[in-house]
Amino acid sequence: MFTRRETIALGAGAAAAATLPLGAFAATVDEATAAFTGGAAVAEGGVTITAPEIAENGNTVPVSISAPGATEITLLAAGNPQAEVATFRFGPGAGAALVATRIRLGRTQDIIAIAKMADGSFTSARVEVKVTIGGCGG
Amino acid sequence: MMQHLNAGRLVTMAAAGLALMGGVALADPDPTAELVIEGELHLTTRAPSNPAITPNLPTLYSGWLFRDPTTREMQMDDFENPGLLAVEAGAAAWATPEGTGGQSCADCHGDPESMEGLRAVLPRVNEHGQLWSMENYINNCRTERMGAEALGWNSREMREMTALISFQSRGMPVNVAIDGPAAPFWEQGREMYYTRFGQLEMSCATCHEESAGQYIRSDHLSQGQINGFPTYRLKDQAIVGIHGRFVGCIRDTRAETFRAGSDEFRALELYVASRGNGLSVEGVSVRH
Amino acid sequence: MTDVRPRIRLPRSASAGDSITVKTLISHDMESGQRRNSNGDIIPRQIVNRFTCEYAGVLVIDMELHGAISANPYIEFEAVVPASGDFVFTWYDDNGEVYTATESFTVS
Repeated sequence: MFTRRETIALGAGAAAAATLPLGAFAATVDEATAAFTGGAAVAEGGVTITAPEIAENGNTVPVSISAPGATEITLLAAGNPQAEVATFRFGPGAGAALVATRIRLGRTQDIIAIAKMADGSFTSARVEVKVTIGGCGG
Repeated sequence: MMQHLNAGRLVTMAAAGLALMGGVALADPDPTAELVIEGELHLTTRAPSNPAITPNLPTLYSGWLFRDPTTREMQMDDFENPGLLAVEAGAAAWATPEGTGGQSCADCHGDPESMEGLRAVLPRVNEHGQLWSMENYINNCRTERMGAEALGWNSREMREMTALISFQSRGMPVNVAIDGPAAPFWEQGREMYYTRFGQLEMSCATCHEESAGQYIRSDHLSQGQINGFPTYRLKDQAIVGIHGRFVGCIRDTRAETFRAGSDEFRALELYVASRGNGLSVEGVSVRH
Repeated sequence: MTDVRPRIRLPRSASAGDSITVKTLISHDMESGQRRNSNGDIIPRQIVNRFTCEYAGVLVIDMELHGAISANPYIEFEAVVPASGDFVFTWYDDNGEVYTATESFTVS
């Protein structure tokens, strides 16, 4: 059974499909969450996202995520063309389930961190980051 | 219609919009933040205004003070500051032989540290009476002494080289000459600064003098200083040069802009640099 | 990609068994595949899609990156240093190139 995306790609022909990034169809939050959790329930809490309330510029937004006890964390951006931002897997050498990076946000949106805990359960947090247009629009 | 919406109304509307958002102070530059690099090097971000140059500004403020705390922090750490990547790339180019002479910058100039002080006094009038920016000096060396091709004014290589050279003056006060042979260029730059351009009929002064400290949409307007240039712009995720920024600003007023490297922009660069005399060269700063 | 430069920052010192903060930066445009050029054509995606760090042969972190990671990717994390050893950092580019950096670390 074709997904709607696959049907559109087939219908529009090779040219349309070729414009999609190699090897990755744009996933929605639900699709990315399901891929990460296998459909398991996702609780809330135990995950802290640190991000600015208002991003000074959407192209470089510093974000850090802390999820004590987590073995993996995935970061999603609900309003971006592709929801997936990054997935982190902590090995035995990790000092803490803590990571910081800089991300691109196309507009005001929620960012969501889902953590997989050592016992296989999932928990999450969600914050809104405002992304604004400044100046004369340039 | 946009044409009839003058700049004053734009700024006021933006301010009202911000007030509605709540929790955002319509602040002047941050009153207490201090720019200290790596916990050691203290940069001057507030300086007295010289009435002969900036009679309409009570105090000079670096653009650093107008940015939010996260952006400011990025500049205080030489690792977190992505502009340092460009400085390193410039350092690699500095040591790379190029051109028919098979020489590198290092062969004549030694270490990049020999460029200390240069950023602080440029642009300046050379021995032939021409007003030269840093890019002119770099290209002159390349074409006349190295037998190499000139770099595009806004090219990546040029921005990396100006980043390297500017970095050598970090912490030194901006000190461009505006008298003697520089005077006519300075006057030309001053006239440009106060000339309204484009469909939006905005001059540099409209935003950076009359409205510094206020908001244009969500941008916290600075004084438009260039002591921090070349800067790592979060928006571009790359180093942006002085003329590159001028082009962007004038284009945003919906005008046909002057070209990077043009006589006009070099005169404007001299004038704008002088408006920051006394502020520290920030090497490569971080701006939004 | 030309001139891809990794930078690493580690603390100056730590005791055996401490958890230390590791900061990494690499110069890379992270072309997301979302932008168009002046002709209206999509600029092809070329990003660093994976980053790993090992210490003394033990995996610290394995990160999958997508186009929403900003250019010049900055990645900061914590590593345990039970004894002196080498950090090995690896970045994997869409185009098949692999960039590595190694830093020794000595515990006191």
